[in-house]
Amino acid sequence: MSSKTASQPLAMGQTSTSSNVSGFSVGGLFRRPEAGAFLGLFGVFAFFLVFGSIDFLKPAGAASWLNVAANLGIVAFPIGLLMIAGELDISIGSMIPAGSMTVAIISGYYELPIWLGIAASLALGVFVGLVNGILVVRTNVPSLIVTLGTLFAVAGLVLGLSVLLTGTTSVALKAPALAKYLFGQFVANTFQVIIFWWLALTALYVYVVHYSPWGNWIFAMGGDKISARNAGIPTARLTIALFVLSSTSAAFVGMCQAILFNSAQVSAGMSFIFNSIISVVVGGVLLTGGFGSIIGIFFGTITFAVVNQGIYFTSFDRNWSSLIIGVMLLLAVLMNNTFRSMALSYSPKKK
Amino acid sequence: MSAPILKLRNICKSFGPIDVLNDISLDICPGEVLCLLGDNGAGKSTLIKTLSGVYRPTSGTMEMDGKAVEFNGPRDASSRGIATVHQFGGTFPLMSIGRSFFVGVEPTRGWGPFKVFDRKKANEIAIHAIQDFGITRIDDGDRLVGGLSGGERQSLAIARAVHFGAKVLILDEPTAALGVKQATHVLRIVNEAKRRGLAVVFITHQVMHAMAVGDHFAVLIRGAIAADFRKGEKTREEITDLMAGGETMAELEAQIDGYMTAHDGHAPQIAGAAV
Ligand SMILES: Nc1ncnc2c1ncn2[C@@H]1O[C@H](COP(=O)(O)OP(=O)(O)OP(=O)(O)O)[C@@H](O)[C@H]1O
Ligand SMILES: [Mg+2]
Repeated sequence: MSSKTASQPLAMGQTSTSSNVSGFSVGGLFRRPEAGAFLGLFGVFAFFLVFGSIDFLKPAGAASWLNVAANLGIVAFPIGLLMIAGELDISIGSMIPAGSMTVAIISGYYELPIWLGIAASLALGVFVGLVNGILVVRTNVPSLIVTLGTLFAVAGLVLGLSVLLTGTTSVALKAPALAKYLFGQFVANTFQVIIFWWLALTALYVYVVHYSPWGNWIFAMGGDKISARNAGIPTARLTIALFVLSSTSAAFVGMCQAILFNSAQVSAGMSFIFNSIISVVVGGVLLTGGFGSIIGIFFGTITFAVVNQGIYFTSFDRNWSSLIIGVMLLLAVLMNNTFRSMALSYSPKKK
Repeated sequence: MSAPILKLRNICKSFGPIDVLNDISLDICPGEVLCLLGDNGAGKSTLIKTLSGVYRPTSGTMEMDGKAVEFNGPRDASSRGIATVHQFGGTFPLMSIGRSFFVGVEPTRGWGPFKVFDRKKANEIAIHAIQDFGITRIDDGDRLVGGLSGGERQSLAIARAVHFGAKVLILDEPTAALGVKQATHVLRIVNEAKRRGLAVVFITHQVMHAMAVGDHFAVLIRGAIAADFRKGEKTREEITDLMAGGETMAELEAQIDGYMTAHDGHAPQIAGAAV
């Protein structure tokens, strides 16, 4: 009886592998994690074109939301990856001002070389990420709680240290030309240079997450951590690496803002916590892990930024923008749920 | 019976003060199915986690192909050819068939630092491996694993283990929660793996399933081996009694009958009495 089962399917195998080599279909697009984000972006653009004006697509208008998207997007990618892997990091809310203040205090207040300030700012990101990651891996305390702790600890540390060292909570920074050029210039007077960093990082993340083998590990970890570990994936190290990535990205954004605005404040960044989570979820990442995409997060971030800034191009009072964001989030989540169950129940039609 | 591929000698395992495994000695032979039987909490999963490198034994030795071995984790065990499909796991519902098949051993194409995941190759190999086991309904490697039935998911996990050159295949309750037809399918795959010369360790609570594929049976009661016998040496009733932890099934049935007559034919409402 077993020899029958072994020989019969071989012939079937050959016919089917040749029939599904062709890759692209419209139905296939809707089963991808970014389908909801793409439609959401489309809807949001249409909304602001109807109720606002075409101005928000012209360079000056586009810059307003691209600047928001770029700053948010650089943090949203690692937050999204952590969410795919089944973790959360809210300490980025204080890592952004921590990154700003570190570079401003070292290179602005103490007038040490800017590169030292930049290195220290990023090193602080690596350090806080290691603390987050190691605590999460070692203690099995949910990462929301661990990073809630570091959120407050880092915020307090930054406030305390800057008052102790400089006597104020706001420090000026005059960056030399090269650093300004790389991290803090306005291209064509309106576009923050960080937009280009964001686009380059998008390409890098798409490669790492969707084309390199490591991306597979992140999804497997979020899908079933124990099975992933049993399959030989170094889940602890990967988790720690993702936390380091998110803290360091937040420090990077803070550092760029300090150089751009020639100053740093102790309290700037708490809004990034919710905004990045919204972008990631609108982008089709499953809150409980295992599902999502970089392109989705990219679209989700732009969608958020357009809603956030688009209100200024309409005649509405800007107080309504939170309502729009809330409704958009709910719609996006419902849509993403629908698309995900479509993807799950999908099976190829018999020809 | 050929020479055992894996030999356990006096394996004990405790978690702190709790002794879960007690002096286990077993031989696992290629081309044979060893059925590991026992009640809930008898230590079956713990034993196979020790075999697959998830836990280290507290004492005792393991020999593989006649040489003493110690596993430094699941990856070490699987690289030596011990593949395990764990209870409640092994597949990733929201990943595609092709991607989940190759988790941890992703095929790549390209060169240097620009290696990319070879989706087409992964899908082709995965689909071929599954169809080889007779699951011909699966023919698209981009489908998500969560869209497959329970039996298909188990089959996928087994096909994966066999594909990666497993010599010992460990299955923790692969037929639990499956319907009759799906379970039959999994049993057929177990037989096919045996035919290919793998040593299979098969855990089940179903006597019928055990008798359908087993060559060699070991019954665990509270972490110790209570019986170790070969096919045909015991009747179905005897095996059932052993699996119930030594209480004879006849006694249990008598209790239930007594209860039913005392309660107007209603069966007792005991949670977890099934299986
Ligand atoms: N990590 C652990 N720490 C402490 N005790 C444990 C641990 N893992 C298992 N045990 C205990 O060891 C005993 C055996 O568990 P095990 O999971 O091996 O049983 P099993 O035979 O597989 O049962 P089932 O048929 O329900 O799957 C149980 O009493 C369980 O509580
Ligand atoms: Mg078990």
